[in-house]
Amino acid sequence: MSRFSERLKSKKFIITCEIFPPKGTDLTNLLKKAKALKGIVDGVNVTDSQRAIMRISPLAVCHILKEKGLEPIFQLTCRDRNRVALQSDLLGASALGIENILILSGDHPTIGDHPEAKPVYDLDPVQLLKTARTLEKGEDLAGRRLKGTPKFCLGAVANPSFEPLELQVLMMEKKVRAGAEFFQTQPIFDLRTFKDFQKKVSKLEAKVIISIFLLKSLKMAQLMDEIGLKIPKEYLKRLEKAEDPLKEGMNIAVDLIKEIKNECDGVHLMALGKEEYIPEILKRANL
Amino acid sequence: MIISEQKPREEILEMLKGKEKVFIVGCAACATKCQTGGEDEVKEMKRELKKEGKKITGTIVLDTPCDERIVKKDLSSLSSLKNSNSLLIMACGVGLQTIGKLIDRPLIPALNPLFAGTTERIGRYYEYCSLCGDCLLDEFEGLCPLTRCAKGLLNGPCGGARDGKCEVNPAPARRSGVNDEIDCVWALIYEKTKEPLKTYYEPRDYKKILMPGRRVVR
Ligand code: SF4
Ligand code: SF4
Repeated sequence: MSRFSERLKSKKFIITCEIFPPKGTDLTNLLKKAKALKGIVDGVNVTDSQRAIMRISPLAVCHILKEKGLEPIFQLTCRDRNRVALQSDLLGASALGIENILILSGDHPTIGDHPEAKPVYDLDPVQLLKTARTLEKGEDLAGRRLKGTPKFCLGAVANPSFEPLELQVLMMEKKVRAGAEFFQTQPIFDLRTFKDFQKKVSKLEAKVIISIFLLKSLKMAQLMDEIGLKIPKEYLKRLEKAEDPLKEGMNIAVDLIKEIKNECDGVHLMALGKEEYIPEILKRANL
Repeated sequence: MIISEQKPREEILEMLKGKEKVFIVGCAACATKCQTGGEDEVKEMKRELKKEGKKITGTIVLDTPCDERIVKKDLSSLSSLKNSNSLLIMACGVGLQTIGKLIDRPLIPALNPLFAGTTERIGRYYEYCSLCGDCLLDEFEGLCPLTRCAKGLLNGPCGGARDGKCEVNPAPARRSGVNDEIDCVWALIYEKTKEPLKTYYEPRDYKKILMPGRRVVR
């Protein structure tokens, strides 16, 4: 069982964060950031060409992180691979000792940097979760026997700001039935949204890890607000007045974590390139 | 029907370079409905090509250029074809290739066929079916997630929709320059029924629509 999986099964609070693989093969920067996170978080998500912007394979990065003693969570999207490649990568991950997989549909190519690419979506996330569970039984999707059986700890994503929320909750239930053991959410800024969401998912048989986003500027906050992530006016004001908006963004993140940490299973920190601040945020939030 | 748009004039002229005697073929079915290859558009094309110094050896609007029997009956025997060094086809790619089976002349496509869609009004078309070979519309209250969800998600929505609109920028709308956002089909399905959110749908069988599709029954 992976360390992360053990943590999920315990009653302990879960802390994860994410790092973006670079465009290119130079991992110097990434490794520097990873070093700062070692021993501080329970899992590090490695994104799969996030926002449909082509980047180095997350599987390769997961492997390297694992060698350095971190606990990677391999993000696997349905966007670029058909069922043959998805199963193949799942087996590959398992052989490399990477058991934690976060399954998501993946941002559509048209919003990324290769908008001409052919979108795949051969399987959807629910089908992919089921597929991974099928592999665990020693069989592939075609019903053929595997030589050597993988083991996974599977997660999926959810959006607490989604309206209607009930639709999102039905989706989460379906994903749990398909094999999801944990969820990582879209970022939350608004406590009302959090409370409504938490009420609805408390009975779910999966751990729900709430994302906290490090706002770096007023402009970024406004952008997030525009895409429907509901940023409270108070935060916008605080960022506007701040001499150092990044610092204020950290203060906001700390406040948010303190507010929610006793009512949820864990937090997932999204620092968008500022991962070096994560240890400080966690410390100030008494985690 | 097959929704199509006309290629830009410059592109058509470029393809017609060196081909001075042009025969124009239109389509009385889909391309007429879309106003891209019917009587009026063929006439307009004729006028414009003449202005560019082309000799138009003849025009015809075939009932269904995608039907070999029609092409054989109405087009292949026309004597004016002999004087033409190219045919400009104002029909979809199926029409063009059907004609190509019977007529040995350079064929120039004048249209860009887009998708199988519905017509709200001229200039507003929406793709409703991707011809998947195994129709599931009974499961989704007559709304096709395979086609009308940008990711073809069969088991329910992604988390990206906002106000019932899809997270993905609407490609057809962008193509036409009209700002007209695409609905998230899952928001529409959910308004009618919650059942699909509780049912598991197996991965699709794409063997049913392997390219090139064929159906030979007799
Ligand atoms: S399920 Fe959708 S794509 Fe398949 S035949 Fe029916 S409408 Fe067309
Ligand atoms: S927003 Fe709706 S239509 Fe668009 S990709 Fe997501 S589920 Fe599909």
